[in-house]
Amino acid sequence: MKSKMFFAGLGGQGIMLMGQMVASAAIHEDKETTFLPSYGPEMRGGTANCTVIVSDKPISSPQISESDCVVAMTLPSMLKFEPTLKPGGILLINSSLIHQSAKRTDIDIFEVPASDLAAELGNSRVANMVMLGAFARTTNIVSSAELEKVIRETFGSKGDDLVQLNLKAFNLWNP
Amino acid sequence: MSKKVLMKGNEAFSEAAIRGGCRYYFGYPITPQNEVPEYMSRELPKRGGYFIQAESEISAVNMAYGAGAAGGRVFITSSSPGIALMQEGFSFLCSAEVPTVILNVARGGPGIGTIQPSQADYFQATRGGGNGDYMIPVFAPSSIQEGVDLVYEAMELSDKWQNPIYILTDGILGQMMEPVVLPDQVPFVDSKDIRKHKPWAITGYGDDDSKKNVVKSLRLAAEELEKHIQSLFAKYEKAEKELVRVETIDIEDADVVIVAFGTMARIAKEAIELLAEQNIKAGLLRPISLRPFPYEAFNKISNRTKVIISAELSMGQMMQDVKLGVNNRFPIKLLNRTGGMIPTPLEIAERTKKIFEEIGG
Repeated sequence: MKSKMFFAGLGGQGIMLMGQMVASAAIHEDKETTFLPSYGPEMRGGTANCTVIVSDKPISSPQISESDCVVAMTLPSMLKFEPTLKPGGILLINSSLIHQSAKRTDIDIFEVPASDLAAELGNSRVANMVMLGAFARTTNIVSSAELEKVIRETFGSKGDDLVQLNLKAFNLWNP
Repeated sequence: MSKKVLMKGNEAFSEAAIRGGCRYYFGYPITPQNEVPEYMSRELPKRGGYFIQAESEISAVNMAYGAGAAGGRVFITSSSPGIALMQEGFSFLCSAEVPTVILNVARGGPGIGTIQPSQADYFQATRGGGNGDYMIPVFAPSSIQEGVDLVYEAMELSDKWQNPIYILTDGILGQMMEPVVLPDQVPFVDSKDIRKHKPWAITGYGDDDSKKNVVKSLRLAAEELEKHIQSLFAKYEKAEKELVRVETIDIEDADVVIVAFGTMARIAKEAIELLAEQNIKAGLLRPISLRPFPYEAFNKISNRTKVIISAELSMGQMMQDVKLGVNNRFPIKLLNRTGGMIPTPLEIAERTKKIFEEIGG
């Protein structure tokens, strides 16, 4: 079993962190993984995306041409990565910022109002964690339990308040 | 041995250098290797080492020359145009027989080029741009784990051969993250014990003239220089025998053999699986040491093979070595992208198939 995915959005939305957390959870589950960030003359507010692969077997190419899952936090990222999805793939879109429907009819689409839900929680910066929770529960590529562990590891040094906020965001949305 | 951790290539290579006993790092920022000086500036001082941000790459390599001559374990890194600046120093390091580990996280050239990954420093690394008769062994890892293992081992090899060892990677391996198992820490050698490990090092001789060492690259008398070069090359000949490394997959029974190193070899491995689905048997010959190049491994390719493909992120620099290895037994075709562009596995598979069909396979 090999799952290939893109996480995409704006610099500052925590796109790279989402990808790294999925890769970390994969290691916890004793799976092989690669995380490949787009890098370039990039900045807060510019485009950001990363490629993550999770597999039972060693991974050769970290570069992919088609995907099993796309997480799009903005419209340009949805337009760019929707065509890469294999038939039957999963598209998660941040419907708070994307007011346009996806074109494909051969994929599963989940509209998650991640930015609005995060704002309701009182911190719009955790929109990525809302999305990560949605990703975990719609794809099952890595388990929610492992991702929650990774959240504790990642934010633990910054205090329990931040851990709790991120866990709450992670568990906010269900399909 | 520690457990598996998720690490960015640049940070993992830095940690491997420290664990290999590197106490001295000199560098100057350049993308896509900036996480190396960042990591070293944070970690080395905490762990008893020294970090200096030089004012240029030329300065960094000459600081390495000094610290290495004094017997320290030294790591220097840069990316393509920065490595170009360091090459004068590489020639001096070789002539003076000073150990240093060099890492190039290569980007697209020529010139200032792009910050995207490239393999177009193949000639620069294996043939060198420094002056004179010298040789630097070059290794090209294809995963972060292999890079970690090679940087770690290079610290030892560099001391053993009293010569720089060069690790050639690219922006993808520097920037991506993968699970790695880090090796154990080699203890740092205390400054007062350096002479025990490196009797040739310049450590100060006090009043005892018999302990006087000289580390130099100037040899004005032609007779002396010729003799020195001959002794260097006797050393290189031994090193080349010992350091040649290669991975081969199914080259004894392949329709097509793809030769690729580093990042390109990873992508080619997946292309080979795609080709198998179309009943084309492709093998892989992956040079791990680019110098010495594994010419002899080509002898294992069976006569039924129709074509050899040199798959590179350059305009065909490695193909020169592939030609020497193939020795006119098979036709050779170039399959490349350059300037920072990376093919997908599908692209390599499709282009390989086309080449195979054109050759009449």
